[in-house]
Formats: sequence, structure tokens, C-alpha cells
Amino acid sequence: MPRLLVGPFNRVEGDLEVTLDVQQGRVASAHVNSTMYRGFEQILQDKQPHDALVFVPRICGICSVSQSVAAARALADLGSIEVPPNGQIVTNFILATENLADHLMHFYVFFMPDFTHASYARHAWHGEAVARFAPQTGSQTRAATAARQRWFTLLGTLAGKWPHTQCIEPGGSTRAVDAAERIRLLAKVREFRGFLESQLFAAPLEFISSLDSEAALLRWLAEDPLKGDLRMFLTLAQDTGLRHLGPGPGRYLSYGAYPQPGAGFAFAPGVWHAATQTLNAVDAQAIREDATHAWLSDSGGPRHPIQGITQPEPDKPAAYTWNKAPRLDGAVLETGAIARQLASAHPLVRELVGSYGGTVFTRVVARLLELARVVPLMEQWLMQLRPGEAFCVPAQLPSEGTGVGLSEAARGSLGHWMTVQGGRIASYQIVAPTTWNFSPRDAAGTPGALEQALVGAPVLEGETTPVAVQHIVRSFDPCMVCTVH
Amino acid sequence: MSGATPAFNVLWLQSGGCGGCSMSLLCADTTDFHGQLRQAGINLLWHPSISLQSGRELVDMLQAIVDGQLRLDALCIEGALLRGPHGTGRFHMLAGTGIPMTHWVQQLAAQARHVVAVGSCAAWGGITAAGDNLTDACGLQYLDATPGGLLGAAFRSRSGLPVINIAGCPTHPSWVLDSLMALAANGFTEADLDTLGRPRFYADQLVHHGCTRNEYYEYKASAEKPSDLGCMMEHMGCKGTQVHADCNTRLWNGEGSCTRAGYACIACTEPGFQEPGHPFHETPKFAGIPIGLPTDMPKAWFVALASLSKSATPKRVKVNAVADHLVVKPVARKTTLK
Ligand code: SF4
Ligand code: SF4
Repeated sequence: MPRLLVGPFNRVEGDLEVTLDVQQGRVASAHVNSTMYRGFEQILQDKQPHDALVFVPRICGICSVSQSVAAARALADLGSIEVPPNGQIVTNFILATENLADHLMHFYVFFMPDFTHASYARHAWHGEAVARFAPQTGSQTRAATAARQRWFTLLGTLAGKWPHTQCIEPGGSTRAVDAAERIRLLAKVREFRGFLESQLFAAPLEFISSLDSEAALLRWLAEDPLKGDLRMFLTLAQDTGLRHLGPGPGRYLSYGAYPQPGAGFAFAPGVWHAATQTLNAVDAQAIREDATHAWLSDSGGPRHPIQGITQPEPDKPAAYTWNKAPRLDGAVLETGAIARQLASAHPLVRELVGSYGGTVFTRVVARLLELARVVPLMEQWLMQLRPGEAFCVPAQLPSEGTGVGLSEAARGSLGHWMTVQGGRIASYQIVAPTTWNFSPRDAAGTPGALEQALVGAPVLEGETTPVAVQHIVRSFDPCMVCTVH
Repeated sequence: MSGATPAFNVLWLQSGGCGGCSMSLLCADTTDFHGQLRQAGINLLWHPSISLQSGRELVDMLQAIVDGQLRLDALCIEGALLRGPHGTGRFHMLAGTGIPMTHWVQQLAAQARHVVAVGSCAAWGGITAAGDNLTDACGLQYLDATPGGLLGAAFRSRSGLPVINIAGCPTHPSWVLDSLMALAANGFTEADLDTLGRPRFYADQLVHHGCTRNEYYEYKASAEKPSDLGCMMEHMGCKGTQVHADCNTRLWNGEGSCTRAGYACIACTEPGFQEPGHPFHETPKFAGIPIGLPTDMPKAWFVALASLSKSATPKRVKVNAVADHLVVKPVARKTTLK
């Protein structure tokens, strides 16, 4: 069977190589390799627990805040620290800013440029795609980069800089917001809303969130098929078969996003089973990381992260990546915006996934829908702040114990598990979203989510980096540096 | 553009880092990021986040540079160079090539007119070299403050300059843009670099300059817990008085800085910042006096002035220093006295 080695894979975060076995113009099997290892879990050993807040954001320059949030939650869990409502709101707001910037960046800078490729030149929309999405020169690429810059001034104010802010503490946020400042922040959120409503959606955010069926989506598309960048994407998707391209494993994980002061989440947690259309509670105790095919020690078999070990074995036979294979109750899961929208019962995403599965198309739709759903929440959160009340309580950490921090990054479910002994970190394990999505085979030989999604992808005559493969890989918005940390 | 100077070709590669310097760069305080590069005559040959070409197309481009067929004006490296395990470089293989990134970087650096380390990882090893440095991470020309690194202390690029270390974690977008624009304009000499190879235009400043907490500093009115408004030098680990960078006068993307967001400067532009030898957010002290005193200040003077200023601290400054908002406001006085 002909083999294709694809890499370097850019417009993803970090380093990725994919090996494809090709049969009759289609991918028969895929192996996914994260080619770089830095060893944060080893670096964190023996550090002061609070110092994790300096190290973990630097796991990743694109979802740095989500790493901070998971670490802060693990520390808060360790110290039984109750975050005051203001601190909770500002933390959610900062995380949402990063998550939405990632969605924007993914669509305009990472994903859409593939449609400007010369291999699409014979399609009627190609000229328009080049004009809008060509890297560095496309009108929309440039406009989105500028909008992203303005958007991130929110984090200039609240977080000092981005990435690698130290403003998120187990006890809240180091930056209090006063009443006047809240107005300035609100003005910036509205400015971003303006970009989304004029350029991306060409419609009000609330209208986009209210699209509750494929029929409604298609009616709106038919009104003006190229107006706004979402409709341009829908037009392309119909023409290029993205609806059916790259189906994942059909099980979706979300830890729940944006916990609210008091209780509950803005987007509920759960494991969604597409085949049975059922939502189950997440049992994080049932997670095991299997290192059979990683260049890492797998002594003792698959382990729960609280017992996890990370020990490089670069010469291990049968290994092909630095990534471990996480499984929940033994099952392969997909995580990301699509999982959050399924778990939180958005009717459009549930219907689309019911019809087509988790595919390139449904992943991108879920991500863009999240932009429309979260911006109004951010406006509400700002109004819920109570200037004058505490934003942060000091953290008293015990010298022995464990802490778990679960969060939702743009790319999906992120967990940190920490054990402290004698006032030092004895063990720190991280399971990142792309660790799930881009996991290698496990001991039973079951491929990970992307490895499954790539099977069946068309490989055209003469293609060395098949464009369908690029769409599928990028539809997950992978973050390789997080994956292997 | 006929007759104009040829474009300044920049190649950007990432190794043992997080990609954060690139992500920060795209937040540069400009309404048109790509336009700014173009106007400066900078041609981005390839960048991992924003270029179209994947796989084979890139490998062919790299080979053309190594073979001397494509001119490389600036090689920008982001992330530490991972020399392990056992000197093989296998902790980072350039995907699709089966060749360690360290090997690619050495070959490309030999052809480049300028070599630029973007961020503290590429400059000194940075956070990737923390702990026992199990990946044997280093910078292009340093490991922490020790010259050497991947390319060696004696390395000079074709321009004759050593590696230009635009240190910071992540580095500031305009430190990168201004450096590249100066290089493209041939406006950069060895005299523009400090003793650690950092551009002096930002490294000749201290973080402390322009900090909004300077009044608290004057009176040694100190923050005691995260979110307090006071100076963070005495208890919260702030190294702003010793750290070379203009973070508080050239705000990040036009807006923020670490100290303005309520947390300490941890010296991210300095070699070895990743292992300070004490908890990051606590100030190490001896007999109640911070060990790391302002760079230019004799200790006895500091002690004398600190006790004097503490005794003279206005109530407003003292009270506000340990709150997260102004509790005591400045008194309104007539300011039109003749
Ligand atoms: S917080 Fe740091 S930078 Fe600001 S005044 Fe105090 S010592 Fe200087
Ligand atoms: S204030 Fe200090 S830690 Fe923050 S960016 Fe500047 S040099 Fe780095």
C-alpha cells in the first residue's frame, strides 16, 4: 500500500506529522505523530505548587489562559478555596476572550486559506476565496487580524499581556474592575460584536444563535449565498462535500464551560453519544491514559492521571508519537466547540451532527456558533460585576493533598491533576483537548479520533499534502504543543 | 517596484517553545499587520501560523535556502533548541523530514544574513530549560547567561552580527517589528545590542520606569496579597527595578503590562528567569530586607530611605496599597493659588 508522509503541517499550533496508507485514492489508515516533546510534567515536579501558575501558561502560546485556568482550579481544589463572584466572572471573561480569539483566528487564518489553494482554481468561488482569505493579503484575513488585535486589548487591560499572564489566581483575578472601566470594556466587546455582525455573519449574533435547524440555516443561506464569511463558508461546504468529510468517533466530551457564581455552567457538561442521542454525566474518574504507542513509559498499563507518569523512552519500539492516548471508560472521544454545543443542547448542532456526524462542516459551524453565543454572555457578565467587592482572596495552600482542575479551552476539554507532598509538586499530569483528538492507537489498537476521521479521505493524483486531509486536520483546530506539553 | 531594493526575506521557524511569541506578535498595535510588513519591504518567506504552503512545498523552500538558491535576510527562530536525547536532537524532529530541527537551524543559520532569536526560549533556553532541563534545551547562542548555545559563542551571521536576542516571554510585538524593520533598513549595528545581544532600544530601560505603582514604591507602601494596588517589590516578588525592558512605557498591544494587571514582573527578558531560586510571587528577604535591590542603589541607602519614606507615607497611599480599589481618594484642593 503506498505510504504518504505528510508534514510539516502548518496553520495548526505546534508540530504535526501524519502518515497515511493510501488505497485506491483514499486514506485506508492514518498514524498521527506529535513530533516535539518539552516535558512540562517533568519540569513541574518538585516545584512550589503556586509556581505552576508561571509554568503552565507557557505550555501553549495560543491557549495559554486555559492552561492557567485549569492550574488555578487545581490549586483552588487543593486549598478548598472559594473564588468570589467577581473573580469568577473576570476569570470567565478572560478565558472567553482567549477562546473566541482562537475561534476567529482558526476560521480566518488557519482554516479558510486552504480554499485559496490552486487545486480549487476551477471552482466558481475561487477568485472570491483568494480575495477574502489569501494569507497575508486577503481582505478578510487582514480585517480579522485587526479585529483580533483590538479584541485582545481587553486582555491588555485585564491580564496585562497575552499570552502568559499571571493574573489568574486560585482565589480569583489580580485585576479589579471599577465601574467606569467596565464601560470601556463593554465598548470593546461591542466593537467586536460589530465586526462579527458586519463581516463574519452579516446578521445579528442573536439571529445566528437562534438558527435552530438545517432548514432555517439553508433558508438564510439562500437569501444571499456569499454575503458575509459564514455564508461564503456554507456555500463552499456544499460545493466541496465538507458535510461528510472527516467523521469522528461519534462520542463527544465537555467538562462544562464558564462555571457561574453559585452553581451551574453557561454551557452544560456531558458526554454526548451521537448514535443513541443521549447525554451522560462526565465521570472523570473513568479517564485512563494509555502510553502503548507513545515514546513514553507505559509501565503499569493505562493510568488515571492522578497516578500518571511521564517518562520519555525515545527508543521504544512500536511507538510513533510523543502523545499519550486518553480514553474514557475505554472509549475514544472527540472534544471541542462541537462537544460543548452538543452537551449544552443547541438544536442546530444536534440536528447537523445527527444528520452528518462530527465532520469538517459540523465542527466549523459549532465553532462559529460559539462566537455568536458567547459575546452576548460576556456583555452580561460585565454588568454582573460588583465594583467595590473582592475580586481575589488570598490562597492558603496545604503542604499535602491533591487538586483537580477541569476547564474548557477553545479546542475542548482540558484537565490538570496535581499531587502535593511536603509542600512540593510530587506529580502533575495534563490531558489537553488535542491529547484526546489526536491520540495515537491504544493497547487494543483502536485509533484516536483524528486517525479515525482521516480514514476514507480522498487523495488525488499527484497530491503530496492532500487538501482533504488538510481540511480534516485543521477542522479540529489542533494544538500540538498542548497535546504533548 | 523596479529599481527598488529587493524585499527583505524573512523565514520564521519554531522549535522548543509554545508559539506564544508569534501569537503575541499578531497583536501588534497596528490597524494592518501585514501592510506594516509590506511597507517596510519585508517579505515573509514562510511562517508556521500564517503561510499557505505545507509539507513538501516548505521542505523544498528550506532546501533551496540551504543550497544557496534562495536569499535569506533574516532567520527568525522562536522556541528553544532541543539537543536531547543524548545530543541527537530527536526531541524535535522537523515533521515530514526525519531530520532534527537543530540540524536544520544550523544549516539555515550558516546562510542567513541575520539570525534573530525571538523570545527568551530561543535566546537563552527559557522556560523550556527549566527544572533539570531534560530535553537539553538551549538558546541559539546562550544557555541562560552562558555564551554557547546551539550555534556557539563565536558564531556571527553573514552580516557579522551575533544572534540578535529579542528576549521576553512572550516577547513584545513591537520589539520584534521594530528590530526587523531596522534590520531591513540596514539601520542596525553591534552598538545597538547590549552585552547579552538584546536590542538596546528596549533593553536599556527598566520595567520599573513608568510603572503606575511608582508612588507606592516611593513610600514603600506595599501590596500584601494578589489584587492589592501597592508596590509589589517588597512582598510579591516584583523584579521591575532590576529588569531590562520597557514594558511599562511601551504597553503590550497599546494597552497593558504585568504590573498594571496586578502581578509581579518575573524578569522574563533576563537569562535564567525560569529558575529564580525562590517562589516567583514572593520576595526573598534577608533580615526583613529584600535581597534583590534596585540595580543602581547601595543597600544602606535603600534601607535608610525605605524606613524614612515608610514613616512619611500619606494615609491615602498606605490604605490604598492593600486594597484592590481606591479607598481613600486624593483630596480636592484649590489648585489655582497665585
Ligand atoms: S510594582 Fe515593581 S515595577 Fe512597579 S513600582 Fe513596584 S517594584 Fe517598580
Ligand atoms: S513586566 Fe517583567 S515579566 Fe512582565 S513582560 Fe515585562 S519583563 Fe516580562
